[in-house]
Amino acid sequence: MQINSDILIVGTGHAGAQAAIGLRQKGFDGTLTLIGEEPDPPYERPPLSKDYLAGDKPFERLLIRPEAFWAARDIGRLQGRRVVEVDPERKVISCDTGEVLAYGTLIWAAGGQARQLTVDGHDLAGVFSVRNRQDIEHIKAALPKVKRVCVIGGGYIGLEAAAVLSKLGKQVTVIEAQDRVLARVTGETLSRFFEARHRAHGVDIRLKTQVTRLEGQGGQVTGVRLGSEELIAAEMVIAGIGIIPSVEPLLSAGAEGGNGVRVDAFCRTSLPDIYAIGDCAMHANRFADGALIRLESVQNANDQAQTAVKAIMGAPEVYGAVPWFWSEQYDLKLQTVGLSCGHDQAVLRGDPATRQFSVIYLKGGHVIALDCVNAPADFMHGRNLVMQRACLSSDDLADTAFSLKRSPVRT
Amino acid sequence: MVKLIIATSDGSETVIDTSAGYSLMEAIRNGGVDELLAICGGCCSCATCHVYVDEAFLDRLEPAGGAESDLLDALDNRAGNSRLSCQVPVTEDLEGLRVIVAEED
Repeated sequence: MQINSDILIVGTGHAGAQAAIGLRQKGFDGTLTLIGEEPDPPYERPPLSKDYLAGDKPFERLLIRPEAFWAARDIGRLQGRRVVEVDPERKVISCDTGEVLAYGTLIWAAGGQARQLTVDGHDLAGVFSVRNRQDIEHIKAALPKVKRVCVIGGGYIGLEAAAVLSKLGKQVTVIEAQDRVLARVTGETLSRFFEARHRAHGVDIRLKTQVTRLEGQGGQVTGVRLGSEELIAAEMVIAGIGIIPSVEPLLSAGAEGGNGVRVDAFCRTSLPDIYAIGDCAMHANRFADGALIRLESVQNANDQAQTAVKAIMGAPEVYGAVPWFWSEQYDLKLQTVGLSCGHDQAVLRGDPATRQFSVIYLKGGHVIALDCVNAPADFMHGRNLVMQRACLSSDDLADTAFSLKRSPVRT
Repeated sequence: MVKLIIATSDGSETVIDTSAGYSLMEAIRNGGVDELLAICGGCCSCATCHVYVDEAFLDRLEPAGGAESDLLDALDNRAGNSRLSCQVPVTEDLEGLRVIVAEED
């Protein structure tokens, strides 16, 4: 059987869902189909490692739209299917189910797969990722019998999971290969702050630590063996070691890319009538000095969806949205704006001991990013500073009496 | 059931039926009003669910908390009846409330 769709969207995460919603909002009246691996209607992913893992929110409240919405907007949904092949000449895709779908325009929003551990024992029962709803259902089902959890990877996912699990009364160890947590995404002040807060909550944070294998008994994980030969006993292991972008079918079809699929300023891939958006889209980002990056965030998923929609609807606009991001751990709300990577100066604003402060990152005297902990005003005003690449003295920035809102901005 | 009236910047109005227990943001989103972005999903992180609530209902709402106020303060289009809809719980008291979805800042 062959299904035809004027626009076919691969991936039912934030990017895919937002593209479908945006197309209908902008008056697209052709056939429109969402296709994806997961069985559920599009849902919010950030709560997976927060409220949803904690059991504070039912799944129904994670839905990006109620289930009936999609049919009401005449958006087809084909779920539980993985796209395995793209043929850009015939303009068809093939699914693992054997189904073939023809498209006029393809929007690739397939995101990524949680990177799996490769050490011995990675396939034992009790080893989990945090990427989709099923992962969390499996974790929740296993939790009642678990006392000790070992989280591998001190990135946002790992730390958020550690915070929730320690609040649930589990004994949690976080293992990080680098010399600080969040090393890939933030500066040292914030890393040290989060390490201290986790330790204050009883989480054992191990830095510069390698995992050599997972130990098990009867097929069930019992612990994590470190490079030092020490064994961290654990009935559950959570790997939070990043994602691998799901772009293989596009690259095999000849699309430019590598770590993700390369897109231009309008989210077009190098293949005709194929766009890519969200976690898997490698783009030149003006907030990274034009470097080719992928951004794994809800902001990027939403904004790139809008960029693709505008281009498809004949009103193209260059992607230039300011990156922003948030994380929640314990009583800490972190809000980040801009990209701190490449900064040459970090200014502390406020006192971390009060658990309300910001770090402002500068490059060549210009504000390029802020990390704001329980400081939403700094985040909101900081957004403008980042967009304008404001030049402000570090003395002013460090002074909490100096409002970032009224600050004179020289761009 | 609680009936709400949701107006958008293009002048259109949608009457939605919702229930106590949801947030105003969820009610608007689930009611099919796509103009409300609510990008962070309701955790008071982004100020993209900004609405103006009918003045007559203001005293039936809990006042905005610190984080919500700080986010609202930074919006150029903030008014006295501005709220982040993710922070407003729907209650039976709000029957007939009219809300205007603010334009993107």
